[in-house]
This record gives sequence, C-alpha cells and structure tokens, in this order.
Amino acid sequence: MRESVVLQNLRAQIAQIEGVGVRHSVLPFGVDAIDQRLPGGGLAAGALHEVAGSPDLADDASATIFLAGVLARIDGPVFWCLRWRDLFAPALHLAGLHADRVIYVEAGSDANVMLAMEECLRHPGLGGVVGEIGKYSTTASKRLQLAAEGSGVAAFVFRRASKVEQSVEGTAAVTRWRITASPSEDLGIPSLGRPRWQVALERVRGGNPHAWIVEGCDATGRLGLSSALVDRPAAAEDRQVAA
Amino acid sequence: MPLVTAIPDHGRRIVAAVDAGARALGIRPGMTITKARSFAPELAVIDAQPDADFEGLRRLALWAGQRYSPIVAPDAPDGLWLDITGCAALFSTEAALLKDLHRRVAAFGVSVQIAVADTAGCAHAVARHVPAGRPVTIEPGDHRKAIALLPIAALRLEAGIIEGLRKLGFERIEQLIGTPRGPLAKRFGRVLHRRLDQALGHAPEPIEPVFPEHLPRARRGFMEPIATPEAFAQVIGDLVGDAVDQLGRVGKGARRLDCYFHRVDGQTQVIRVGTAAPSRDPKHLSKLLSAKIEAVEPGLGIEAMTLVVSLIEPMAARQGESLESLGKRGPDLAALVDALANRFGARNLHRLAPQASIMPERSAARSPALDSARGAGWDDDLPRPARMLARPEPIEVIALLPDDAPRLFVWRGKRFRVTQGDGPERLHGEWWRDAGVEGEQPFTVRDYYQVETVSGGRYWLFRAGDGENPSTGSMRWFIHGAFA
Repeated sequence: MRESVVLQNLRAQIAQIEGVGVRHSVLPFGVDAIDQRLPGGGLAAGALHEVAGSPDLADDASATIFLAGVLARIDGPVFWCLRWRDLFAPALHLAGLHADRVIYVEAGSDANVMLAMEECLRHPGLGGVVGEIGKYSTTASKRLQLAAEGSGVAAFVFRRASKVEQSVEGTAAVTRWRITASPSEDLGIPSLGRPRWQVALERVRGGNPHAWIVEGCDATGRLGLSSALVDRPAAAEDRQVAA
Repeated sequence: MPLVTAIPDHGRRIVAAVDAGARALGIRPGMTITKARSFAPELAVIDAQPDADFEGLRRLALWAGQRYSPIVAPDAPDGLWLDITGCAALFSTEAALLKDLHRRVAAFGVSVQIAVADTAGCAHAVARHVPAGRPVTIEPGDHRKAIALLPIAALRLEAGIIEGLRKLGFERIEQLIGTPRGPLAKRFGRVLHRRLDQALGHAPEPIEPVFPEHLPRARRGFMEPIATPEAFAQVIGDLVGDAVDQLGRVGKGARRLDCYFHRVDGQTQVIRVGTAAPSRDPKHLSKLLSAKIEAVEPGLGIEAMTLVVSLIEPMAARQGESLESLGKRGPDLAALVDALANRFGARNLHRLAPQASIMPERSAARSPALDSARGAGWDDDLPRPARMLARPEPIEVIALLPDDAPRLFVWRGKRFRVTQGDGPERLHGEWWRDAGVEGEQPFTVRDYYQVETVSGGRYWLFRAGDGENPSTGSMRWFIHGAFA
C-alpha cells in the first residue's frame, strides 16, 4: 500500500519533470483511435505542439484546417500569429473556428512570430496560440514550451512548407504532426466527397508514432474515422526509429 | 485692398505682417508704415496683437501635438516646430504625413510652408527661404548641402548682424562655412556660429514641447541625472501612479501616454504608447511604457521626466461585459492586445470579419482586435480555400470547353493530374466598383472549380470569363488557392 503511494508520487514527479499533461487539461480529438495513442487521451493543454504540411500548398491547407478543428473545440480566444498573408478566414469558419474568436497578429518574420507567441502565452485563459513559421531553433521551442506550461495555454507552431525528408532538429514540442492530403472517395458524380488526410503523429513524448487516414473536419472541427479506412500501423513503425 | 498689421517701434510704427496682396506690391515686414504707404496709398493698416497671435500659434501647436507628434512647440512669431522622428508610421510614410499636415493647415485658411530636415535650423531655413508651395524634404545627410546654398538671412540672426555680414561681402551661407571663425566671432559674437552649428547639426537645438493644460500630467525632476533602464522603470511607475490618480478623479481612462525624457543637454525624447481600450490600471500602463525604454538614448543623463496622458476617454463600467461574462472570458484581452499592438503596430493586429462581397478576396474585412464580433458569419455552404493566394497565378490547363473542370494543370512548373472536380461556381464581378479587378474589366466573370489531384490535394482554379463573351474575361486559367 505504502509502496504504491510512493510509486504514485514518483510517477507524478517524473510526469511533472517531463511536462506531460498532468497539471493541465487535455483536448481529446473525440476519435478513440487517435486519443488512445496520446498520453492522457488527447493533446495536452499548456504544452507546445508542432504541426506541418508539406511544400505542397494543398498539404499546408489541410494542416491549417486540422489546426482550426482542434482550436474549434477549445473555449476561449485564439491568437494566430502570421508571417505570410495567405490565410483565408472563411475556411476556418467552415471548420467551426468562428471569426469572433480569432485575433490575427501579422508579425512579419519568424523571429517576430516567436516573440508574439511568447507574449500571448504569458496570458492564461486563452484558447490557443498559433504561430506560422519557416524555421525555428531548439532554444525557441524550449522557451515556447516553458511559456505554455506556465499559463496552461495550448501552443501550436505551424511549420510552413516543411519538407517531409527534412531532418528536424530536436525540439521541446510534446507532439509533432504532419498532415498531408490523401485521395478522397470517388463519388462517381462530378462532385467532391469529404476530404481525406493522412494524419501522421511523427513524435509524441511518452508515446509511439502512428499514422491514420482520416476524413477532414466537419463544421464543428471534428475529424471522421470511418471503419472502411485502413489503419496504417506499419508505416508508423518505420518512423518510430527516426523519431 | 492690401492689408498689413503694425507694431510700435521706437516711436514709429513698422509693419509686423503682410498679406499676399501687400507682399505682391513689395511691402515687407520691418518697413515703416510711411514707407509702406508709398507703395500703396490705399493700404489698410490694423494694430498687431502679438499676444493673441502667440495664443493662436500655441493652439495650432497643441492641435499638431495631438495629431502628428508628441514633441511640438510654437516658434514665435510665425512658426511651429514638430519633431516627427518616428511618427511617420501612423501615416505609413513621411510624405503622407506632410501631405496631410499641409492640407489640413491650409484648410484652416492659413498659408503654410513645410520643410523637413535632419536639423531644426535647416528645416527653419528651408521653410522660409525656399518658396516651393509644397512640403520640402531635405533627405537625411543632405542638410549641409541645402543650407550652404541659402542666403545668410536664413540663419535666424538679428538684422544688424545680417547687415554687417552683407557689408563684408557675405551673401550665402557656404561663404560663411569656409571662413575662419575667429575674426567673425570677435565682431559679431558667438551667436553667429551657434546658429550655424545648429543648422549643420554640430550643436544641439532644444525644443521645449507644449502640453495641453487640461490633460493629466505628472513630472519628476532629479537631483542627479539618471540613465539606467531600471531607474527609468522606477520613475515611470511613480509617474503612472500620479496620472492614474488624476484620471480616477475625473472618471476617465488613458488611451495614449507620452513619456518625455528631458536630457541634460536640453534635448527631449519621447516614447508613446497607445491602448485599445481606456485604462486606469497602473500595472498595465507601466508595463506598456517600460517595454519601450530601450528606445531612449540617455546621453549624459536624464534630468527630468514628464508623463502626459495625451488621449483620454470616459471610462465607465465596460459595456457588454457583465460580471458573468468577465468570469467566463477570464483572460485580460485588452492588456494582451495593447502589449502586442505597441510592439508590432496596431495595424498588424486585427480580427477578420465577414464582409458582404461577391469577390472572395474582399469577403474578409479587417476590424479592430477588441471589436466585439458581429453575429453574421460566412456562408456555410460555399466551399472556400484555407490558403488563398494574394494574387491569382496563371496556370496552363487541359480542359474541355465550356463547362468541364480541367483534367490537368501546370502551376509553378509542376504538373497536377486531376482525378475529380466540382464546379463551376460562377461569380460576377461587382461592376459598380471602379477599383480592383473591376477597374480593368467591369463585367468580369469567374468560373471557379474545385479539383482534386492524384495525391488528394485540392485546389481552387478559375477561368476568367464566361467562356463565350470576351468582354467578361480573357478565358485564361488561374489558380487562387488550396483547400483542406
């Protein structure tokens, strides 16, 4: 009995050192297949997460809506720090992230996006903070992670036009996601079905990488995972070593 | 009828100021009235009121201080100093600031001549001796060249000194620059070279700014000059405390704060911060000011600091925020927005609100970051791309006319094979507009298609024109964005 208490305390301490979602809440995707792969059953609030698409604009667009979907299901104002001017707000609205919740900061450069994010992350109570950047350093990621831990706000770094094969230097981010477009179901009529993405969890602290094929966000930001879609654990196992 | 004002001078009356008609006749300030009448017997003469003139000038200075720059001072009898260092950002460019200033002052019915230069002396000289009729800007570094070409009268010297220099053969300032200083200083005193050095930027020229009386203001003078950021932050805290007390007594909140640093050498520097909503929170206001301390160059030290709340607004309980919603919202958005706005510029901080327009590039309009959002959203049924190119880019396509989605397109040198498509969604340009797309083609039509490529990527393509009528568009294809 006594030992289990000691063990529990130790686990809590280790978790605290690692900064894995103990002190703050988690944001579940609402899709069991994904949530059960994440420590705590969802994305940890008060932590830094990385999201990337690819140099292909359509993949960056998918990553954008993936992010919008996550934020749509969190309460509170969202700050979206921009370096490029190609974000189109009506699409965020379609994914459930409504115009009245988002404040845009046109920071103009990677360094300024980092500064703006850090400033935002010092304010508890926000829904989330997004920063679109090209490159950033390990040190910058540590600063953001610390700021997010301090305020309990979820931080997302969106690495734009990030190459798949690009070797990523270590970051302090708790999870790293790569979203790429995937062919959707052929409806057999001149119309498009619900979009599909490959969602790859490339790195997760306290868990193993994995990849899923999902259906894009609905009007409330929720992903779809139809039973007909193939789970692809094999592809993920290969990456495990790399990550 | 020409008009002049007159002031008494050693028992006679001399001309103080002239209007355009009198100037055209050759009448100049400083002439005796008798001489002026010899130019124009019908001359109307009224008594000058130097005090009222100065009061008017001061009012103009206070107005300019609100609109253009925190450091403004009247320069009697007929000038105004504005230190516009770092103030152009509000008007996007310096030229735009000058144009606005010129237009507005002229609209008051005052004839105006504006000059901008590195030094106050140079700007003073150019404004009075280069009758350009529009604002003149002496580019940074060029003030020496500009001042050299002007007559010595441009140096703000007494009439006696100017006369004396003329007798010695000095006409233009360049002659003065090249002449040994000793003998001239002996004859005319130190003022001659002080004015020259001020114009050339070798000697400081203090401008003592004016402040409106009714605004909350706090000042601290120091026994010993201070120069460290920590000391400044400490004093800012004290000054803000004083100002907040004054604001509380009148039920107002601060929207803008100017903190002046008076240097030992007489120069004044200023940092200005704005808030998105009126505030009386000393911690918040001090933080905003302290974030800008690094912009201050203390030189040999700061001997006094003045804080002016230059924009105040009534501050009651905030509208639309009941206790309940305050509790729910939690974060102090105003504080965060102010911190970001003062760092990155208020224009770079905004919301995007729906705007009724057919053209997608106009469908999101910027609104202030603290604007409470309006209910309406965008149309939930229209597919819209997550990433939209600022300008549609031309692409090569293979498509069947008139109505099929492209089968293949080439964008930025890359081929995209299309597997599925949806469309067209036909958008008619807003022909009543005369700018933007419609400026070039009033009856513009775009047929938009969503296409999915082999890899699953979805793009937004359009054909300019309805496919039949050339006046609706060139029939060329463009890419406008990418979907999720």
